[in-house]
Amino acid sequence: MAVDKKTLKELYARTLKVRRFEEKVWDLFGENIVPGTLHLYLGQEAVAAGVTVALEKTDWIQSTHRGHGHVIAKGADMNAALAELLGKSTGSCKGKGGSMHITQFDAGVLGATGVVASGLPIAVGAALSCQMRGTKDVVACFFGDGASNNGTFGESLNMSAIWKLPLIWVVENNLYAMGTPIKMTCPSATIAQRADGYCIPNVVVDGNNAQEVYEATVEAVKRARSGEGPTLIECQTYRMRGHSRFDPAKYRPEDEAKHWLSEERDAVRIIREIAIKQGALTETEAEKIEAKITKDVEKASEFAKKSEFPKPEETLDDVFAGVL
Amino acid sequence: MAEITYREALKEGLREEMQRDERVFIMGEDVGLNWGGAFKVTKGLAEEFGEARVRDTPISENTIAGAAVGAAITGLIPVVEIMFGDLITLSMDQVCNQAAKMHYMFGGQTSVPLVLRSVFGGGKNLASHHSQSLESWFMHTPGLKIAVPAFASDVKGLIKTAIRDPDPVMFFEHKLVYDKKEEVPDEDYTIPFGQAKVRREGADVTVWGTFFMLHKALEVAEELEKEGISVEVIDPRTLAPLDTKTLIESVKKTGRLVLVTEETKTGATTAEIAAIVQEEAFDWLDAPIKRVNAPDTPVPFSPPLEQYFIPNNKRIARAIRDIV
Ligand SMILES: Cc1ncc(C[n+]2csc(CCOP(=O)(O)OP(=O)(O)O)c2C)c(N)n1
Ligand SMILES: [Mg+2]
Repeated sequence: MAVDKKTLKELYARTLKVRRFEEKVWDLFGENIVPGTLHLYLGQEAVAAGVTVALEKTDWIQSTHRGHGHVIAKGADMNAALAELLGKSTGSCKGKGGSMHITQFDAGVLGATGVVASGLPIAVGAALSCQMRGTKDVVACFFGDGASNNGTFGESLNMSAIWKLPLIWVVENNLYAMGTPIKMTCPSATIAQRADGYCIPNVVVDGNNAQEVYEATVEAVKRARSGEGPTLIECQTYRMRGHSRFDPAKYRPEDEAKHWLSEERDAVRIIREIAIKQGALTETEAEKIEAKITKDVEKASEFAKKSEFPKPEETLDDVFAGVL
Repeated sequence: MAEITYREALKEGLREEMQRDERVFIMGEDVGLNWGGAFKVTKGLAEEFGEARVRDTPISENTIAGAAVGAAITGLIPVVEIMFGDLITLSMDQVCNQAAKMHYMFGGQTSVPLVLRSVFGGGKNLASHHSQSLESWFMHTPGLKIAVPAFASDVKGLIKTAIRDPDPVMFFEHKLVYDKKEEVPDEDYTIPFGQAKVRREGADVTVWGTFFMLHKALEVAEELEKEGISVEVIDPRTLAPLDTKTLIESVKKTGRLVLVTEETKTGATTAEIAAIVQEEAFDWLDAPIKRVNAPDTPVPFSPPLEQYFIPNNKRIARAIRDIV
């Protein structure tokens, strides 16, 4: 599949944006101003970028506990996202959600959930809604290798298949669920092949290559929009950091980590080289894009830092939507 | 006797029971070699007893609980860990419909000697999916025994009783007590279920509470002593069976009762206790029973919100002063 130059450039920009955002989060964490825990998306940027570039603004994504990258890639406001991570009242969830629940509904994010695999059934419902309401929108549902071992995986894949729902199942196989290697909990060579049991077309792609992820998603979106039903895309990738804030990830074998964390496997570098080689990007353009992103992220950080914390009594607000 | 942490004491209890009885085994997510449990309670046990007896599982809470039921009714004694108390929601069928009911529903033919360990409570800015206190749900399910150890010297004796008990035991811990230290007996000792402990004797008012709130109540009692208010603090140690005798005796002595837990107020364990006390000791009460709980909201993320949500020393002291 030939990917046009404009798209390649966008894939680069979006991968980089997620990278810079997460690096900023890591810095702020170092300044000790990010409360709670953190599941950084560093290393997996090409997945969120590749999937979301293939979606329209009106399409939906369902996120996870490792959700910053999904939300930013889908076009969420960075100010509100960073403010949320710092627990400020200007955050997209008014400081109620934080890292594990970072969500911007108006950017097409159905939600970020702290309960592993709880997003899959919600994606089924959203896709059903798109189908029943007769929109042409599709839903992309992100989840981890670990999540694919939960019962909701089987139930959700099955329902999406029997009802031919406009759904793209995106497994981010970063080889681990916390410290548990996927090899230990999944008997098959790939997670993708589990979809065979539900008659769902599936494919394995290099999750560090935004172009590959994009191409697979374009196919899946086509199928979904034309009423042919769901697709499962397994994106093989790797976390640059530990699972959560203090995890040094010592359980990952040295040679494995060295391979995945090498410069050649770096998501930003891969898409940058592709774009330049295809003539979609010049060094100068790349620098310009980078400068703009860096500036935007810096502005978001200032905004988040300057914002106020919510007032304690705001705890009581928003339990219900209203009364009739 | 040695001064050790709650975490150490719990692990010691688990270790001694595994040495004593080959039928005892542990399973749960990341309980084994690579992690040792999210709160490090089982760290070192896989090394000592092997991976067959300290089993890492996939992220499959429903089947972890169900497998424990199956193993328990066929001759083993499973001690399962559900990483966060919030996630027992995914195990509810197996816990509440199966484990809790089998002995009764099958006319006493089989019993279900399993232990399900999990952890409740906020204070770590982990937001709505990782901070709840849901013990009352299980108190509302006949057939379950519920241990709620809050101190190192209790947790070892209680885990031993839980493992030796013929019925399903929900064994709840709290995130903020793992590092609390106390003198803990070195030898094999058990603490019978259904025996509260008077943690501090007093004459003017009884405070009944659970988990971290007991630690706070003891601090408050110390403060109020200086003002001439003498506070008795009672730790139920198990919610089912529930020691009402110790509580009622205390209320008859002091004539006043303050109930303190981190649960959201409506339908909390404290509501049940208040009902019991007014049934059994109404004539001895010199003031209305006071409840100190969290407000009826999900647990918010941002620090000022979470601090507002979780009852603090000031609120406990105010409730005491209000009725003394
Ligand atoms: C239902 C459930 N079980 C366990 C956890 C604790 N937990 C949080 S993240 C995680 C690992 C998830 O692994 P995976 O799905 O591969 O996602 P990754 O973290 O690798 O992105 C676990 C076990 C949880 N939050 N929810
Ligand atoms: Mg994973």
